[in-house]
Amino acid sequence: MSQPTVIEAKNLSLTFETNDGPVQALQGIDLTIKKGEFVSFIGPSGCGKTTFLRVMADLETPTGGEISVNGMTPEEARMKRAYGYVFQAAGLYPWRTIAGNIRLPLEIMGYSKAEQATRVKEVLELVHLDGVENKFPWQLSGGMQQRASIARALSFDADLLLMDEPFGALDEIVRDHLNEQLLELWAATNKTICFVTHSIPEAVYLSTKIVVMSPRPGRIIDIIESSLPKERPLDIRESAEFLDIAHRVREGLRAGHGDD
Amino acid sequence: MKRMWQKFGPVVTIVLAIFVLWYVMAVVMNTNWAYDKAKRADVELGFSELVADTWSQKKPRLPAPHQVVVELWNTTVMKAITSKRSLVFHAWITLSSTLMGFAMGTVLGILLAIGIVHNKAMNLSVMPWVIASQTIPILAIAPMIIVVLNAVGISGLVPKSVISMYLSFFPIVVGMVKGLRAPDAMQMDQMRTWNASKWTTLWALRWPSSVPYLFPSLKIGVAAALVGAIVAELPTGAVRGLGARLLAGSYYGQTIQIWSALLMAATLAASLVMILGRIEKYTLRKMGQSQGATR
Repeated sequence: MSQPTVIEAKNLSLTFETNDGPVQALQGIDLTIKKGEFVSFIGPSGCGKTTFLRVMADLETPTGGEISVNGMTPEEARMKRAYGYVFQAAGLYPWRTIAGNIRLPLEIMGYSKAEQATRVKEVLELVHLDGVENKFPWQLSGGMQQRASIARALSFDADLLLMDEPFGALDEIVRDHLNEQLLELWAATNKTICFVTHSIPEAVYLSTKIVVMSPRPGRIIDIIESSLPKERPLDIRESAEFLDIAHRVREGLRAGHGDD
Repeated sequence: MKRMWQKFGPVVTIVLAIFVLWYVMAVVMNTNWAYDKAKRADVELGFSELVADTWSQKKPRLPAPHQVVVELWNTTVMKAITSKRSLVFHAWITLSSTLMGFAMGTVLGILLAIGIVHNKAMNLSVMPWVIASQTIPILAIAPMIIVVLNAVGISGLVPKSVISMYLSFFPIVVGMVKGLRAPDAMQMDQMRTWNASKWTTLWALRWPSSVPYLFPSLKIGVAAALVGAIVAELPTGAVRGLGARLLAGSYYGQTIQIWSALLMAATLAASLVMILGRIEKYTLRKMGQSQGATR
């Protein structure tokens, strides 16, 4: 583990003030993520997994503790465009073509026209979407749209990819396929990926590290270092090792629910 | 044939119904005057003579459609457009101040909307004033605008345009505020993750999102601008423009002239709205939203 640290959270907490009183979204979060890891956050709704991701992205401000992204505060990291964020919905602009959508962050960040064109071509190939550059989003299936949104997050040089249930709205077959592609992409780019999910098989299949969380207050129950090899064919999900890890995740989730 | 009927049938039916009603009402409204005339001339009126009379009076209460059509024909096609008796000439006068006022109103409306969306103080303070501005009857404020602008040496087209602007900026502010706020929280967050500035967010996200809201506002705005231009011609003693025609017509009881000016104004408004509709369709198709334009 001589890789540099990408995310480091120490006793991190976040309390939302709502009309019904304060809500502890995150409490006492300690976590270190090294470069090149694939970390899944799993837990029931309200466990703070998305909130934690949003804190890393400087979309929420923690109310206690410390967090650093690439050794900087989340805000500095955001200013330096240190991460790509993939939302639950693809969020493509309907008035832009697929290429136009992927080009958008590049335009905002001031890449040259030639550079934009090469990068768009590159990332489209990476997510196997070459050939649809000039189509509009509504002409693509949901899975293809989400791939385009991943391509958009990859188009600029951020070596951290934050993904908030990116495949949550897709059917299982498409999901399997995209999971496979995501691993392929991760191997090819060596990015650090933080991935929020509801699905135990998805978390176990993808991750090198699984963070199990529990609600009220949002906290970490268990951190599981996966022993699965980096090469993962889909049928690894039937191996004893896979099932062991899935079992441990399930136990963690159940323990977190013990109080209700 | 069947398709043609499906497309135009309903419209043709309604237009025919309006004409029938119009002719009937012309008989009803003008009967008294026809009897009056007959009484003085000491003649007995049969039904067909009565109808013929009510449809051909010189200053009828309600002119029959063909009288208005003849007047329209005589004052458009049969007159040189530079003539002061040409309705085309008057329409152009009104149209030019409508278009100028509409352009000013559009710019003002969009700028105000951008301010309201981006500035907290403007958000809280401007909208009530915008709404209050529309509660004042335009007829009350139009003469004052003209007097004040005249006092500072501005006369002619501009004061009329200002009144058009006054009416047309309102729907545009309202529509654009809604349109510029159309992007959802996720889209705004996404812009933040790219560290996009306010202005980048405006041109790349807010502005394109607002286009579907802009066009309906523009259509209302342009019609309001035309009303503004006509109203502006009323209290100012203008001798040119559709408003002046309406006023002159009412001074001299020239109902046929009033109705033809009204029809001209209606045609003008319909054309302006239609042109904007075409531009809207084209723009939305260009923006890849043709599936929405089938509505």
